[in-house]
Amino acid sequence: MTPNSLHLWLIPVLPLIGAAINGFLGRRSSRQAVSTIALFFSGAAFAMALWVVSQFSSLQLPYLETLATWFRAGSFQVDFAFYLDQLSLVMLLVVTGVGFLIHVYSVGYMWEEGGFYRFFAYLNLFMFFMLTLILASNYLMMFIGWEGVGLASYLLIGFFFTRDSAAAAGKKAFIVNRIGDFGFLIALFLLIKHFGSLNFVDVFRSVQPLNPETAGAGLLTAIALLMMVGAAGKSAQIPLYVWLPDAMEGPTPVSALIHAATMVTAGVYMVSRSHMIFERAPMALTVVAIIGTLTALFAATIGITQTDIKKVLAYSTISQLGYMFMACGVAAFSAAIFHLMTHAFFKGLLFLAAGSVIHAVGGEQDMGHMGGLRTKIPWTFWTMTAGTVAIAGIPPLAGFFSKDEILWRAYQASWIYWALGLFTAFLTSFYMFRLWFLTFFGEYRGAAEEKHGHGHDTHGGHGHGGVHESPKIMLVPLVILAVLSVIGGWVGVPGSLGGNNRFDKFLGPVFRSTAPVLNAEHVAPGETTPPEQQTEGPEPRTSGTTELLFTGISVTAALLGFALAWFLYLKNPQLPDRIAASLNGLYTAVVHKYYVDEIYSALFVKPLLAVSAQVFWKGIDQNVIDATVDNSADAAREVSDTVRHMQSGNIRSYAGWVAVGAAAVIVYMIWIGTTIR
Amino acid sequence: MVPLSYYLALSGFLFACGVAGFLIKRNIITIFMSIELMLNGVNLSFVAFAAQWNALSGHVFVFFVMVVAAAEAAVGLAIIIAVYRTRETLNVDQVDLLKL
Amino acid sequence: MISLHLILFAAFGLVCVAGAINLLVQRHPINSALSLVVVMGSLAVEYLLLGAEFVAAVQVIVYAGAIMVLFVFVIMLLNAGEEERTKGSTVAMVLGIPGMLVGGVLMAWVLLAHSNTRSVAAGALPGDPQTIGWKLFHEFLLPFEVTSILILIAIMGAVVLASHPDAVQKTSRPQSRKREG
Repeated sequence: MTPNSLHLWLIPVLPLIGAAINGFLGRRSSRQAVSTIALFFSGAAFAMALWVVSQFSSLQLPYLETLATWFRAGSFQVDFAFYLDQLSLVMLLVVTGVGFLIHVYSVGYMWEEGGFYRFFAYLNLFMFFMLTLILASNYLMMFIGWEGVGLASYLLIGFFFTRDSAAAAGKKAFIVNRIGDFGFLIALFLLIKHFGSLNFVDVFRSVQPLNPETAGAGLLTAIALLMMVGAAGKSAQIPLYVWLPDAMEGPTPVSALIHAATMVTAGVYMVSRSHMIFERAPMALTVVAIIGTLTALFAATIGITQTDIKKVLAYSTISQLGYMFMACGVAAFSAAIFHLMTHAFFKGLLFLAAGSVIHAVGGEQDMGHMGGLRTKIPWTFWTMTAGTVAIAGIPPLAGFFSKDEILWRAYQASWIYWALGLFTAFLTSFYMFRLWFLTFFGEYRGAAEEKHGHGHDTHGGHGHGGVHESPKIMLVPLVILAVLSVIGGWVGVPGSLGGNNRFDKFLGPVFRSTAPVLNAEHVAPGETTPPEQQTEGPEPRTSGTTELLFTGISVTAALLGFALAWFLYLKNPQLPDRIAASLNGLYTAVVHKYYVDEIYSALFVKPLLAVSAQVFWKGIDQNVIDATVDNSADAAREVSDTVRHMQSGNIRSYAGWVAVGAAAVIVYMIWIGTTIR
Repeated sequence: MVPLSYYLALSGFLFACGVAGFLIKRNIITIFMSIELMLNGVNLSFVAFAAQWNALSGHVFVFFVMVVAAAEAAVGLAIIIAVYRTRETLNVDQVDLLKL
Repeated sequence: MISLHLILFAAFGLVCVAGAINLLVQRHPINSALSLVVVMGSLAVEYLLLGAEFVAAVQVIVYAGAIMVLFVFVIMLLNAGEEERTKGSTVAMVLGIPGMLVGGVLMAWVLLAHSNTRSVAAGALPGDPQTIGWKLFHEFLLPFEVTSILILIAIMGAVVLASHPDAVQKTSRPQSRKREG
């Protein structure tokens, strides 16, 4: 370590210490103690992250810090080492900042729940793994973090483990994640085999001189596609997204932190970090873009029919992640990261606000039983409005800039991406405002006013009379996130709107000049690009007005969504049901999420269970392994049962055996005596 | 001049009879006597070989065999008496407490 | 060639064989005991024919005179009756007797096959007490002493095992009374 070491290792370790303290000692401690520990350590991680920011300009990038050698196998070596560059810094700030805010919120949200210490132990543990993932300097450390966040997700989804559905959801999340991890592992093996190392520095240095592979086959394409499988599992893309809606069984802060802001973005981070590999495998990039676009559209269509407030947000998350992958797929990595950041702000906000709403109505999650809440819970209402406007992509809030950037870059690759993305943006706006109207406007259709309702037991009702605002400790993070949702996009205002796109420039060194030549008309490698154009594929200068035009179109789409939602859910509340009834078959299919879960169950789960039961359990475990043990015991018993008859207690039979033995010895001696002569 | 093998044949026959009695008889005392018969047969064999090889140790060994047989007879009969006291029978088939 | 040695051997050999077979055949143990005495007596003569005078004398005195008397006493003490015809051990019947017969046949075969051993003269090796005594106290001193201890142990064992259970208690009661008092 250099003398001016940043001690990066402290950033993940601090939450780990918090997790250990709360995990081992929390059971007997008071809630105040537990929450203080949890907040202290996650806050300390955030403070360290800020300190790193302050030191950032004096660093040589990428900044590497090696802690110790983990293992060595021949020429292959893996260290506990950390890697810091602009990309890591952005992720670091997002994870520690939003994470800390959600910790604060959770203190209020979970105050009445059992297992308080366990929750914070798991939450801190999650922070540890996520920070390891982000700061890792080699793929294996990243994989540790990758697996670890999967574990933390499982533990937290199944937090209310006494409920069967929660336990099943946790299992489902972990198993589906595992499938993705398998792909990731194979990619790692390929990397080890062909590049002899998993360090980012070494791999990227080896990959850089390689040419982009032409259509299809090739090592880099294979690696990239396998990594995409892993990312699809972790970031809930087609076909491995099915776990995310079920993951809403967990407490709402968990959904906010893990399934909106941070864990599910790990896939995007991984793909961006490996951009050098992806850029040299155009077929893989295309696959990524297609998956992202389709997922975005697919999830948005499901989102418009859901009635559970958290499920709508879950599908919205899947859809927005699809946008990020679409961006990666057109090699617009900094746009993807930009959207990741703004998404963390507004989706985290939306989930936390939804939690506040649920808390207010005493545990009810069905929007059909909400309504007219805007006067009753004003703070929640206004913060949620900020989040909704942000996600819909209405300027000047954060979501507009990031989503617009993605759509613009997508158009440059292919208009199909742009068209589908635009339609999805319309749907996004529609279902988010639908949620907004159903929850906050109209008549209150719930039961919390009349009695102490306790509808859903996700967050059990606790008998405060009536609909009430959440405590301040829950509202402050909401407000902070709302502010960030408003101003967070202003670091990325594109040139066409008069801004400077500082975000893109900041991430430029990560993604630029390491990319191969993609299109002939752009700058050839070796030439330095002018400072104002430092993006990974420089923007063509001639499209300033086109860009403005497209911006206008996307804003229009967002406003159309708002208008449709207003029409259907505020003006004519009976209309949606009539439309649903007339489109019966299609509507039923969408409401049932296109029966994907049922298809998976029939195609994969049931045959696997059958094989497990018949072949492995009955066939091998019972009939081979158990049988071997049982039969050897039986054999021992049979043999001893037979031999036992020698011990008859009958002296004369003993005498008989003695005589037989003596005769045998005599015969033997005679034989010896006569043959040795 | 009697060939040595005749003595040995006699000795073997006595031994065989002892084994036969040992196996056939049911009375404990008779079984014990068959054991004594076996020992006698062996003694004859010892003396015969001692005569052939001109080694007096054969006689000495016979002496020791007899001493041991005497000790064994004393103790064995004492045991038989003790068994008779508890079992009230001299039939060896009925002394089967060692059965599993 | 027929010599007195051979005739004597054959005669007393026959007596031995007859006694042995009678031991097997008789049902009452006392008859078996007396047959055994006959066997021992004729064996003593055989020993004499081989020149083992000391052994012959000891055979008669110790074996026939003491051990067999002991046997007869026990038979009388226990009032042993005739054997009943009960079912014996199958193993003994099936394996033992054939085994013994096989052993006997094998031995006979071996002996006849290798009967080029020379003959033993009558009184070939004089085993007078003096020589045997000398051997006992010089070469075989250790076994001699050990067997004397063995006899001591046998005496103690026989006394303890055969004594009446009450008798043991009677001897220990006075001591316990002394302790209580």
